[in-house]
Amino acid sequence: MNVTIVDYNSGNISSVINSFLEVAKDKVNIEVTSDLNKIKSSDKIVLPGQGSFKSCVDALNSIDGLVDTLNDTVISKKKPLFGICVGLQMFADIGYEEKETKGLGWISGKVSKIDNQNGKYKLPHIGWNEINIVKDSKIFREIENNSHMYFVHSYEFIPEDKNVISATTDYSSNIVCSVEKENIFGTQFHPEKSDKIGLKIIDNFIKL
Amino acid sequence: MLKNRIIPCLDVKNGRVVKGINFVDLKDAGDPVEQAKIYSDGGADEICFLDITASNENRDTIYDVVERTSKNCFVPLTVGGGVRSIEDINKLLNCGADKVSINTAAVKNPEVVIESSKKFGSQCIVVAIDAKKNSNQWEIFTHGGRNNTGINAIEFAKKMEDSGAGELLVTSMDRDGTQAGYDIDLMSEISCKVNIPVIASGGVGNLDHLVDGIKLGNASAVLAASIFHYGKHSVQEAKEYLDSKGIPVRI
Repeated sequence: MNVTIVDYNSGNISSVINSFLEVAKDKVNIEVTSDLNKIKSSDKIVLPGQGSFKSCVDALNSIDGLVDTLNDTVISKKKPLFGICVGLQMFADIGYEEKETKGLGWISGKVSKIDNQNGKYKLPHIGWNEINIVKDSKIFREIENNSHMYFVHSYEFIPEDKNVISATTDYSSNIVCSVEKENIFGTQFHPEKSDKIGLKIIDNFIKL
Repeated sequence: MLKNRIIPCLDVKNGRVVKGINFVDLKDAGDPVEQAKIYSDGGADEICFLDITASNENRDTIYDVVERTSKNCFVPLTVGGGVRSIEDINKLLNCGADKVSINTAAVKNPEVVIESSKKFGSQCIVVAIDAKKNSNQWEIFTHGGRNNTGINAIEFAKKMEDSGAGELLVTSMDRDGTQAGYDIDLMSEISCKVNIPVIASGGVGNLDHLVDGIKLGNASAVLAASIFHYGKHSVQEAKEYLDSKGIPVRI
């Protein structure tokens, strides 16, 4: 099996690579590439993302044919995709970081700044927070409710259809921190930095 | 609920740990990778390396250390010390650091903070502020606390937030190494002025100091070096103690 981590200059993805390599050992082949043919022929895709919504969308668009390839592979061919942090946020129709920017539009909704209640909550939301699992998601197999995951973000994904939400976390309000829609998975937190429990989520995705 | 973080810090010189955990069963007591792994397995919320390599020709040793650590530790890794340019930051991130802490360079050239947070995202830019009390204000010191800059620490903290820093690592030079506790006034003053998380550093001698840093200093995270070395306290003990004092921690 091939799992492809999409390398589209979205910032620092070495921790994502290291964690997938650790979980995959020698059983699964992990590719890190922006090569469209490799993405097309891959069994599963990982879409990381760091920095701003706009910078990640711009970076995706700057690689010719990448968005079309992702649409074809994920939306038409229904191959499993795992979006991490801004990788998840880009599922939305639109994001408001820096300036209004169109997302991939895979899951209807928007990405806006977390309401910090006039400075009561510090931003970015950095550190370990508990996740409240609200839907049985395939990537949460053997993950206990209220497990701690590592977060770093100032913006949140607000999907229109609440049925896609698989977990939330409490910071100022109930923030969506995991979604599942058919073959599309995403976490706002960083499984690659969430110790053994995070690696278990990656393992669950690889074993889908 | 977001938990307060405990961050053990390891001083690394020429690729070796200077002060570290003194456990008998360590294969190589000077290996930063092995020590980082012990901390992360013991429940550390993040790991911090401070590179104190003095000579330029040995500077590259830290890259190898970071690379090997990031393949073994799956909690966030912050690396600081001697970070001068965007290129330095880029290299550390590529080796597997999750955050880079910038000290002297941020004072000398705040553009580095603006540019790097734009290029890599605020989430990986930590500005390290070394401050010392001078009559009625705190002043910024650089070069590991040797050089006085005359810059007001509180104003500088605000400026760094505006420049795009994701977190501030605040060290009291008066307290560093004294084991007399954090400079609580400094921590709480900065924490109240900025809306980004503050990591308290410098002076921890016992577990109550960690409690004070969070409860009185309003720090989001507490960094400590010596109390975790030589097995005086484990990270787990520290967490249990904080928990008993009503501070939310990841246990």
